[in-house]
Amino acid sequence: MRRLFERLVQLVPTTVGALVLVFALMRIVPGDPAAAMLGTNATPQSVADLRSQLGLDRPLYQQFVDYFLGLAQLDLGRSLALRTPVSTLLWQALGPTLLLTLGGTLVSVVVGVPLGIVAALWRGSWADYVASVGALLGISIPVFVWGVLLLLTFSLQWPLLPSAGAGADPWEVVRALILPSLATGFFQVGLVARITRSSLLSVLAHDYVRTARAKGLGPQAVIGNHALRNGLIPVLTVIGLNLGTLLGGAVVAETVFTRPGLGRLMLDAISARDYPVIQGVVVVSVLFVVVLNLLVDVLYSAVDPRVRA
Amino acid sequence: MTVGDAVDVPLPARVAAPVRPAADSFSLHGRVSRTVLRKPLILASALFIVAAVGSAVVVPTLPLGDPTEQSVVRRLKPPSAENVLGTDRLGRDILSRVMWGTRISLTVGIGVVAISALFGTLVGLLSGYFVGGLADVLMRVVDVLLAFPPLILAMVMVTVLGPSLQTVVVAISIGVVPRFARVARAAILAIREREYVLGARALGASTPRIMLRHVLLNAIDPLIVLCTLLVPAAILTEALLSFLGLGIVEPTPTWGNMINNGRLVLREAPWLTFFPSAAIVLTVIAFNLLGDAIRDALDPNTKDFAAPMRATGGA
Repeated sequence: MRRLFERLVQLVPTTVGALVLVFALMRIVPGDPAAAMLGTNATPQSVADLRSQLGLDRPLYQQFVDYFLGLAQLDLGRSLALRTPVSTLLWQALGPTLLLTLGGTLVSVVVGVPLGIVAALWRGSWADYVASVGALLGISIPVFVWGVLLLLTFSLQWPLLPSAGAGADPWEVVRALILPSLATGFFQVGLVARITRSSLLSVLAHDYVRTARAKGLGPQAVIGNHALRNGLIPVLTVIGLNLGTLLGGAVVAETVFTRPGLGRLMLDAISARDYPVIQGVVVVSVLFVVVLNLLVDVLYSAVDPRVRA
Repeated sequence: MTVGDAVDVPLPARVAAPVRPAADSFSLHGRVSRTVLRKPLILASALFIVAAVGSAVVVPTLPLGDPTEQSVVRRLKPPSAENVLGTDRLGRDILSRVMWGTRISLTVGIGVVAISALFGTLVGLLSGYFVGGLADVLMRVVDVLLAFPPLILAMVMVTVLGPSLQTVVVAISIGVVPRFARVARAAILAIREREYVLGARALGASTPRIMLRHVLLNAIDPLIVLCTLLVPAAILTEALLSFLGLGIVEPTPTWGNMINNGRLVLREAPWLTFFPSAAIVLTVIAFNLLGDAIRDALDPNTKDFAAPMRATGGA
């Protein structure tokens, strides 16, 4: 518990720093964002109106205070293109993206961990070889190439699964989730498999594993109860560290599969120069990384008693 | 034992006269080149990279068509004698575009690694060698930057700074520098209390000399490995950005924007997507294999410490 509290306290300056950086980034746009948004046929009057609507005519410190007061009330302003509150847009987009991130993580664990275990247990065998080639391919093929391949095969060639959208009823939602999750997850499979393999190999060399073997436990008990429990801890760390990356992968998969979500929202906002929405997506993605890292930390101390102190 | 080794047995003699022997069997160069030459797959990767870099350099002089030249009559032609890899929706030659794309990808890969290695090592060295004050501030900044998903940070940076090759390099580097600094700092921390460092200090060596000569040079192995593995990560990130239509945009050919273009006619004209995809995948595989080989050559006991890093660019 104390550890958790300490982590929480540590996270505060990081999060605040990141939020300040987002604020700064949105204000170092070269030239006038209002003018950039309205394009070439803007009148000075409309630019001035937009500036005051964005709050850009107020002094910087005032904007800064407004930004943080707004954040505290979950108010991120209004979208310039759609006229809806940014928080509503984010709320709608967050669900599908979270599902996809979860789906991607699931794929990477379900495929990567067994692959790594097989490679470690039969080290040097053909299984190890296949696993390491699989891992290399996973790491080397980008999300959108997987996406395009899957789309071509399972959606266009054999129309088994939908090629676009996120689905309306639960069954459709699951069906729409499969291909994007595979595309997002495959990239991490190699990573998870490699970590599982190397971590399990180092655990298997420990004395307590030899003791377990020596006292006559079967391989299942030795691997399952002794080696895997400790061997999987680094896997957890890597998954935690990479959740931000996975979120990036989800953004790309959303483009390939024309899924609604944070990625679509962000790209639409970028092409419309809709700065409040861009800012909102970045804020949410930072909070996503921070909160999930904290969660992994909690899980960590649940799995590994040594860090519970 | 040379400076390249992770020193387990500190040799007092080295402190007084750190003579670097010529490329012997233990030298960095010697160990790496032996590993590379021994395995055919690694050798193939190395040759592929050499060929890719070579063609990226000479591509303007090759007898290829203009990668941006459009032609209505040649639209969406499959591979043929005239257009070896076919043409795209605007009738542009795909072979020429893939070759010019190599130039962009490798420039980004090398540019990002150069910037990240420079600033990452600097931050890691300063924050690992000195304690408190500036070091703490630097690590705080690193923590803040680590809270951003790398791809999203790059997307925002490209939007804010405007689309260009330089922007893309900077935008990707901003996400990579803090990760590089973390690894560099860890390596420096492991070295700074070694006896030979203390010895050098006792002998009155100046701080910059100790930092560079005794600490940094002995911590360089993991950083070299990291550099090799970051090249493919940076190439992938650039491809993702241009796939999303950010960063380097049409008509400049990049592998990412070519795939994005091909996606719309995936069924009718798969070659639009296939060739740039193959270019990305082969290049990244080659760099990854070479990076792994260099890691194994430098330190067979290293765990895959760079693993979390290689994905930073990747997705």
